[in-house]
Amino acid sequence: MSLRTTRSRGSAARGAPRSTGAPGEPDTPGATGTPPTARNRAPRAGRRGEGAWGWLFVSPMVIILGLFLVLPILMALWVSLLHWDGQSNPFGGQADFVGLDNYRALLTQDGLDRTLFATSLRNNAYYVLLTVPLQTLLALGLALIVNQKVLRARGALRTTFFFPSVTSSIAVSTVFLFLFQGSGAVNSLLSWIGVKGPNWFADPRGVLSLILGDLGIVDPEKPAGALANHSFMGLSWFEWLSGPSVAMCTIILLAVWTTSGTFMLIFLAALQDIPRELEEAAALEGVNRRQLLRYVTLPALRPVLFLVLTLGLISTWQVFDQVYVMGQGAPGNTTLTPAFLSYSSGFDNADFGQGSAIAFILLALILCLTVLQRWVLRERGERTGRKR
Amino acid sequence: MTATATTEDRRAARTRRKAARSAARPVLPRFPSPARVLGYTLVVGVGLLYLLPFAIQLVTGFKTDPDAASHPLSLLPATPTTAAYQRLFGLSESAQGVPFLRWLSNSAFVAVVVTAGRVLFDSMAGYALARLRFRGRSVLFGFVLAVMAVPGVALLIPKFLVLNTFGIFDTYTAMIVPLLVDAAGIFIMKQFFESVPREVEEAARVDGAGVFRIFWSVVLPMARPALITLTILSFQGSWNEFTHFLVATQSGQYETLTTGLARFVSGGLGGGTQYPLKLAAALLSTLPVAALFFCFQRYFVNGANSGAVKE
Repeated sequence: MSLRTTRSRGSAARGAPRSTGAPGEPDTPGATGTPPTARNRAPRAGRRGEGAWGWLFVSPMVIILGLFLVLPILMALWVSLLHWDGQSNPFGGQADFVGLDNYRALLTQDGLDRTLFATSLRNNAYYVLLTVPLQTLLALGLALIVNQKVLRARGALRTTFFFPSVTSSIAVSTVFLFLFQGSGAVNSLLSWIGVKGPNWFADPRGVLSLILGDLGIVDPEKPAGALANHSFMGLSWFEWLSGPSVAMCTIILLAVWTTSGTFMLIFLAALQDIPRELEEAAALEGVNRRQLLRYVTLPALRPVLFLVLTLGLISTWQVFDQVYVMGQGAPGNTTLTPAFLSYSSGFDNADFGQGSAIAFILLALILCLTVLQRWVLRERGERTGRKR
Repeated sequence: MTATATTEDRRAARTRRKAARSAARPVLPRFPSPARVLGYTLVVGVGLLYLLPFAIQLVTGFKTDPDAASHPLSLLPATPTTAAYQRLFGLSESAQGVPFLRWLSNSAFVAVVVTAGRVLFDSMAGYALARLRFRGRSVLFGFVLAVMAVPGVALLIPKFLVLNTFGIFDTYTAMIVPLLVDAAGIFIMKQFFESVPREVEEAARVDGAGVFRIFWSVVLPMARPALITLTILSFQGSWNEFTHFLVATQSGQYETLTTGLARFVSGGLGGGTQYPLKLAAALLSTLPVAALFFCFQRYFVNGANSGAVKE
């Protein structure tokens, strides 16, 4: 109520005819003897029923987001406590209520469900670990290139780098499927420099284990010792540590290639916001290019760098389309991600309770990352605000 | 007397020109020429990395199946053929399980309706959140911010549950209605409407215009740049939408370019590799958004950077 009063008074000051209310009146509503309603009526007279209009204007949003976003989340929360195969009505009481069993099967109980879930987490974690730094570095590099004032055809380059970001993920995945076939374009290119490329989409071997195997540190065929004897969530330490599979690497390359353009634009906007005086002053000091980058440009980009890193962190945990087209989990479950596992346990294995439970764990993970992002970015904003 | 004035004018103009030129000029001197050659080579190489996949895609669409399999990298078809395109458009024996024209018309229909709905509903909600005073407004805006944080892929099964419960699973309604409003669009519109000076609305109000009248004939025409950005982003989003259609439909008659192509490519069907056909279909499905992109690139840039203002 007090909020509304102050607002309407504010707008009255902005020019609406004001018939009541003495000048010099204190700004706190209700502080004087005049009843607030009497004061409010006059400025509001010109906009009778604005509250009703407001609700009318937002009603499509409220209805659609309510029915297709809030309600689904609540329904899925209920279904994640059921054992439901998608046939009967899950709200009619025919489906078994199993409590937290679905979550227990995923997190604590030894079994196939947990092994699959742990595998998907491992795959996605490697995907995040490689994709986020690579796409951030590449985007920064591209932005620095396109921002070079001496460079010809900067506009054309910017268009080229950005274009993959706006195309359909399905269409682009189709192209990559063709490029990375066993006898495809990428392997032909590699053969020019004498490298025999792997059979990308059929290769479940972990990249880290391959490297360690080549160095003779572990034997990928028969891991021994602590790596094989210890396990966590149903996967041996060796499986946790063997790295993304070769097949997963193609999806990582695809993600880096498609998303770097968007992040390049964010970096570019920030680069163009760096005050020219700052760079000129540095140039007068006689810095060289590397020093300019190190001591002027990069520090100025820090908030944006953080934004790009967290945006990447949030989006990489949601990888789905590319997995659907390029692997569907194969080979050997090494391209399985939590999002795809949730989908396939519901739609392929008719275990919607399990699928919902996975969706909720993923939702919680991503919301935590979002809260972290908003919190840290706000901290930064306040700190720079105080400095000024 | 006049002579000195003109020289001064000229001098002033010269310094102005110099200033303008120096703003465009780099701060540091040019690279030495070997470094410049190396730099250009590197830049061209990186540019090729971004262009080659599309070039290969374009060329492969005009190859025969054996040619595409044996010479995946060549940029000249050995025996150029439009067979893939003819099959897609049903001019020759139509491709098995690839009702391309149906996919195309579904995609176009859904994208147009969703875009129209989003432009209207997002700007209405954005205007209300920016300007109209009503109880619960700040709560609703908090709700919009929260919704933007909810990841779409965590909602696959939840969305199916709701559509199934309402009995609209596997219909156009299920494909379209949930997409009619999007929180990011509302956010963009709210930001824009907040930048419109209030005086304009106040003036219209004094002239006796009602709330809807002010919105429709005063504020909305002023919002053209924001509306174009929203239109383009909505079209791109709904044209490229995949996961929602995947869980909202199951029968072939509702397949769009994304769901149809994904099923075809991910090996749901046999039919060998058929890469020319697949790549041609993928290329055609990219074309409308690509055309929009090359005509209205700066609006895409606005959209990409609105991610940065989201906070």
